[in-house]
Amino acid sequence: MNTNSQAGAAASTPAFQLQEVRFKDVLDIKSLEIDACKVSAVVGPSGGGKTTLLRILNRMTTPDSGKVLFFGESVEEIDPVHLRRKVVMLTQMPVIFAGTVQENLLIGCRLADKEEPVAEAVQAIMTRVGLDKELSADAAQLSGGEKQRLALARVMLMESEVMLLDEPSASLDEETEVLIFDLVTEFCCERCKTLIMVTHSEKGFTGYYDTLIRIRDGRVDEVAHERGR
Amino acid sequence: MEGIIQIEILYLALGYILILLLLLLVRLKRLGKEWEITLASLRMTAQLVLTGFVLTYVFSWEKIWITLIIFAVMEAFAIHTVFGRMKKSLFPALRIVIAGSMLVGTTAALAYFLFVIVRVSPWFAPRYFIPVAGMIIGNSMNGISIGIDRLSSGIRSRLDRLEGALMLGASPKEAARPFVKEAFSAGIMPIINNMMGMGIVFLPGMMTGQILAGIAPLDAIKYQIAIMLGIGGSVTITVFLVTELGYRRFFNRYSQVRQEVLDLRL
Repeated sequence: MNTNSQAGAAASTPAFQLQEVRFKDVLDIKSLEIDACKVSAVVGPSGGGKTTLLRILNRMTTPDSGKVLFFGESVEEIDPVHLRRKVVMLTQMPVIFAGTVQENLLIGCRLADKEEPVAEAVQAIMTRVGLDKELSADAAQLSGGEKQRLALARVMLMESEVMLLDEPSASLDEETEVLIFDLVTEFCCERCKTLIMVTHSEKGFTGYYDTLIRIRDGRVDEVAHERGR
Repeated sequence: MEGIIQIEILYLALGYILILLLLLLVRLKRLGKEWEITLASLRMTAQLVLTGFVLTYVFSWEKIWITLIIFAVMEAFAIHTVFGRMKKSLFPALRIVIAGSMLVGTTAALAYFLFVIVRVSPWFAPRYFIPVAGMIIGNSMNGISIGIDRLSSGIRSRLDRLEGALMLGASPKEAARPFVKEAFSAGIMPIINNMMGMGIVFLPGMMTGQILAGIAPLDAIKYQIAIMLGIGGSVTITVFLVTELGYRRFFNRYSQVRQEVLDLRL
């Protein structure tokens, strides 16, 4: 999937390396590497620390001890806001801001000081996530599934290097879940993005991921490399 | 200028008959507020009598340090009141912002009023300084209290939105912008409404007092306009400072929402 040399160079260094990372009694990771330009699935029982792991990667939470490296550089050395612009995170419950569908699509780029995408790109992403709504519609009126698609389209428009998705399909039916898995993995593969996705649906996600990371009671229980795709 | 009619103590006492009537009515209707009404009337009387003696003493003895001590007591009382209204939602980092905004905003507006608009001489003349400071501090206290409460409750009830913005790479300033905007509007709204209705919906207390004391209405309104501008200025500065400096206190140095705030989630 890595055709150009820049992407190849990026892929050689892991996107994230965690060493002896501890946070309260929630997370205790001795060592973990997450490959760049790959799809990693984070699975495990609920309350096991999966969301905390994503929050640490996005620096929404600072671990009590340990080292987190982003492409070989300690995250301590990177301004948290700049890091988050490269490593965007989408929560389980989609956040909808006051305003229209269009404003909600563009707010990611606006908040992160990125160039706003052109109208065609916005329309294309709407079609891609299957959001059949007027751009001028009030975003608050969308259904749960539509809000999730909107939030997903918003982070896709941001074109950041890493996408952290926390159970994006939790509140969706199976059909939509498959659509979202297809959509995000395809999107990340074609653009050489790193995708780290927490999911409760391990079976449903089989075939989509390169690496499976199983977290149990705050510890890494298993790391399996698959070649499902 | 006409002299004011003196109220005889005996006739003043007759005023309490209105309170007795009120108590009787409450008793008959079994509304059960007799004790509060009695206490409020007694407190009002005692506090005003005390204030009357203190002001008589202070006015006759025009000293900088007395004026400044009274100013400090007023500020301390106002800041303490704001802290008290916030109760549990107050975390230590916010205290200094509240106290600082209150002191800076009220002092600046008061100084402008005394030195530039009215040009009181000496500036610490208690007859001017104390009532004007009281009005400025009292209104700013309400503004700050509403502003910081709205900021805090807004953030704590919509933490998902605040964190959602941060996760996308927003700076704390950008992420908090809608909350700051809303808190600022809420904080200055009472004084804006007050200015809108001034003179039509109600006659302000200071102006009424001056007219009762025999001052010509056109002179009284000049004072009222000046004091309203002073109050408006002070409320705007204090609410601006408390919201602009206050939102930063909700974040730590890693641009994360502080643990104290997460613990106070609504």
